Amino acid sequence: MNTFRIKAFGITKDFLGGKETSLEIDGNTVGELRAALLERYPQLIGLRSLYIAVNSDYADENLILNGADEIALIPPVSGG
Amino acid sequence: MIKITEKHIDVQKVIDTASSLGAGAVNVFVGTVRNNAHGKNVLWLEYEAYETMVVGEIRKIIDEASHRWPLLGWAISHRIGTLKPGEVSVVVAVSTPHRKDSFDACQFIINSLKEKAPIWKKEVFEDGEEWISARPEMEMKV
Repeated sequence: MNTFRIKAFGITKDFLGGKETSLEIDGNTVGELRAALLERYPQLIGLRSLYIAVNSDYADENLILNGADEIALIPPVSGG
Repeated sequence: MIKITEKHIDVQKVIDTASSLGAGAVNVFVGTVRNNAHGKNVLWLEYEAYETMVVGEIRKIIDEASHRWPLLGWAISHRIGTLKPGEVSVVVAVSTPHRKDSFDACQFIINSLKEKAPIWKKEVFEDGEEWISARPEMEMKV
């Protein structure tokens, strides 16, 4: 089991109950993290899009995470 | 200059930063907070940004614009925090030798920023609040 800290932005803050949360998962890839997030916070499923950024770059689902990575949830953006 | 700030944007400063003696045009886009959305009165907006990522993402947009148009200068400032109707949320300024490129580049940059920059806006109404999605027609990623 691996624990990851996740930063939440926009509406995902509301779903996760705060700006930052920890999640323990059985796995270590972005894809596995995503699956665990959707299970724990099913409201995320309804989003039109949910990108995951790792260390400020949009991450591929196969990327292997380590505990020191900065992981962020990027729901649909609306800047400007 | 790419600036993310909670303070009121100094529009002239953005223009001055983008200006260049070799330019025949400085094109400026000023985004303002509308007092209405979806037929309702907007009380205020709340903007949030992923600050460690947003500068890099905007820089990528500028890089692309620089490849497509002969930018001599550019500057972008986006405000975050609580903004009231009438206030300025974003300013994009670019300068180019000739004016057509300045219009095209400026429009490209603000359109790209709206699609790609990790910035989020929440509209607050009398009867509730709503996080806004820039492209409702986007496919479901998950």
